[in-house]
Amino acid sequence: MTASLKETGLGFRSLTITVAFALWGATGAMAQDNADPSAVIRVGSLYEPQNLDNTAGAGQGINEAFNGNVYEGLFQLTDDGDVVAKLASGFEMSEDGLTYTFTLQPDVTFHSGDPLTAADVKSSIERVTAEGSQSSRKRTLANIESIEAKDDNTVVVTLKERSISLPYNLSYVWIVNDAAKDLTSGEDGTGPYKLDNWRRGSSITLSPYENYWGEKPKNGGVTFSYFKEATALNNALLTGAVDIITSVQSPDSLMQFQDNPSFVVTDGQSTTKEVLAYNDRVAPFDNVKVRKAVARAIDRKRLLNSIWGEYGTLIGSFVPPTDPWYVDLNDVDAYDPESAKALLAEAGYADGFTFTLDTPNYDPHPIVAQFLQNELAKVGIKVNINIITANEWYTKIYQAHDFQATLQEHVNHRDIVFYGNPNFYWGYNNPQVVELIASAEASGSEAERDEKLTEANRIIAEDAASGWLYLYPQIVVSTASVSGYPVNGLNSQFFAYDIAKQAR
Amino acid sequence: MSRLRRLTFAVPNGKTGSDFSGIALREAPILVYIARRLAILFFSLLAACVVLFILLRLLPGDPANSLISVGADEAQIAAARRQVGSDLPLAQQFLQFITSLVRFDLGTSFVSRTPVLPEIMDRLAVTLPLTVLSFLLALVIALPLGILSAVKADRWYGAAISVVSQLGIAIPVFWVGILLVTLFAVNLRLFPSGGFPPRGWDTPVEALRTLFLPILTIAIVMSASLLRYVRSATQDVLGSDYLRTARALGSGFSEALVRHGIRNGAVPVMSILGIELATALLGAVVVERVFNLPGLGSMLLLAIEQRDYPNIQGVLFISTLLVLLIGFLADLGQRLVDPRLRESRGARS
Repeated sequence: MTASLKETGLGFRSLTITVAFALWGATGAMAQDNADPSAVIRVGSLYEPQNLDNTAGAGQGINEAFNGNVYEGLFQLTDDGDVVAKLASGFEMSEDGLTYTFTLQPDVTFHSGDPLTAADVKSSIERVTAEGSQSSRKRTLANIESIEAKDDNTVVVTLKERSISLPYNLSYVWIVNDAAKDLTSGEDGTGPYKLDNWRRGSSITLSPYENYWGEKPKNGGVTFSYFKEATALNNALLTGAVDIITSVQSPDSLMQFQDNPSFVVTDGQSTTKEVLAYNDRVAPFDNVKVRKAVARAIDRKRLLNSIWGEYGTLIGSFVPPTDPWYVDLNDVDAYDPESAKALLAEAGYADGFTFTLDTPNYDPHPIVAQFLQNELAKVGIKVNINIITANEWYTKIYQAHDFQATLQEHVNHRDIVFYGNPNFYWGYNNPQVVELIASAEASGSEAERDEKLTEANRIIAEDAASGWLYLYPQIVVSTASVSGYPVNGLNSQFFAYDIAKQAR
Repeated sequence: MSRLRRLTFAVPNGKTGSDFSGIALREAPILVYIARRLAILFFSLLAACVVLFILLRLLPGDPANSLISVGADEAQIAAARRQVGSDLPLAQQFLQFITSLVRFDLGTSFVSRTPVLPEIMDRLAVTLPLTVLSFLLALVIALPLGILSAVKADRWYGAAISVVSQLGIAIPVFWVGILLVTLFAVNLRLFPSGGFPPRGWDTPVEALRTLFLPILTIAIVMSASLLRYVRSATQDVLGSDYLRTARALGSGFSEALVRHGIRNGAVPVMSILGIELATALLGAVVVERVFNLPGLGSMLLLAIEQRDYPNIQGVLFISTLLVLLIGFLADLGQRLVDPRLRESRGARS
């Protein structure tokens, strides 16, 4: 059914008038002049949150809808990847780097009307580190020894070890009113918008919070409309039911927007990596030569092109160009089937081998799996494709490590740290990398940290720890009448307050 | 006139002097019948729930997996399993499930952490109007056309209706939906391509506008098969002895058809109507997906994806209940129309 839906989506292309290519980067400069401050921005997305609490397994959709819009942190990760102070007006770090003293912005109130105090900050951080917390940052914040509300306006955080990423990690921590009761279907944050309505399976509506402490939003509210099918989402944009699509996931559909002056297609920076993850614990993938051979046998350029056309980026390791420890490692195991065969022979697999590739049942993994099957057959490796659901993936692969190789998209920013954890599902264990990644966090300066992580990055590439197939593109499409939206969507965030819509 | 009326009942009933209001006289057997049917309904529901519970646990996967993300450590996985209760022995899970079911407590979603029943009610506010309105529209299309195509089978339009309806049975419902979206939403911009207004039925015009294409989609496909049934039921009536007798007694063709034919033809059509309505309710899954509607079907699909047992069980419980109720009502309706059925059941019990 999905396939036929997509084909129909393609059919629309011929109906749109092709006049000129929309230029990216110029996200509707014309819209600024007669922007309508009361216009409600309608955002279309494929990622409905599962609930509204980011410590209760809400999924990536909650970051998109709520980070920076409804909830704010002491710090904010901007769309450009910078960490800036938000609810913290400033902070001081002790000599030894173990004590941080944060002062809070004055006159901040929660949507319920309560004032922001240091006690709220303390309880908010503790919500993330609590026993039942499902926050993805629980692990990184485990380094916190104690949190103290010194006075209403000052919070002191004491660490067990130095942590250069503390402000970055705190950008994930929502500051929530400690008196709030229902956080899974309600909210009490300090952001420029408050939750108006959540119709499950359909939409979240945010309206401006009248007593917001900072700059007022440039619009009269936001509605996030949620879709299950990329085609339905595209139709909504085509018919004017939404103004923006946060992340285009169907390459086929781009054509109908690219060639149409009513729409603007923006190609931003992405952190989502398509990874061929081997189980580095088991034969034959415990052998670095085999892993390198597989990497060299895959024409990644052709793979990326067949899926995304001119979009997307090739990466030689797990690190995207936006991370400070990026270096171009594409040549480490460049496409070279002949040397792949030679390496296989050296490793004792001159006649190739057979392995099972556990493939999640959603796009793009099944297509990627078929491509790999064809490519690897050319060097004598036979791939059995085993399709599994996302849910099974967590049981079989993530928890039981019962696999030879799998495909997975890794969405997070700065997630090279996974290679520093030998218990991670792919089982990569290089003590040198473990040490580099652990000590990088305790660095005294960012330069020192970046140096260590760059080194770790080079080593994982040399070890071909996994197969890094490509970096997804991050494509936002909007009607030409809106401007000021984020284009990179780092960590799935989508700040809505600067979006302006032209008055009709 | 009075002769004709007697005749109507004389034929199917084998008795005379009966009237439509005769139900009042036969209240007792009908009540016994209803009680029996309700008891059967209750036990079917219970059996369905038990089967469902077992089948769900046979599916690979764990609801706790919906709560964790890549990067979760063992403590977080354990916490998730504790929270959804998938760390408990199956027998204990089953006991909890049955006891809360008896109290008509459908529980709380593992994933959204909100009570199941209110969400089902929210979703029914989309699915029920969608199903019922599609059904009514399908009836409005199928009844006159079905009768017409049977009565005028020898004319070109009678045959044409029959052929088109056969075509209608062959095409899948999602395809009709996509066609309608392409035509009415993307090209003509007359109706929204999908979605449901955030305020729902507080904005009734908007809500109806978004439901128009989905309703039309279901109605087109449903009316095609309904039309076939109406057509063949009408053909049976046309060839029947009682119609010929009525005609022989001086009744005009259309008068005879309306007076005797509809009632007799309605019996088989009615059981089909029940099945069609139930199918539409369950088949709404597909249409809701195409039109991005937050109905019961999309709730079920998502819940299965997430292995959100309380939501799956809740939705299937309510839809099983609805389907059984529809079957019950269709049965009851048949009995009201056809006294023979009333008799036989009443006599046996």
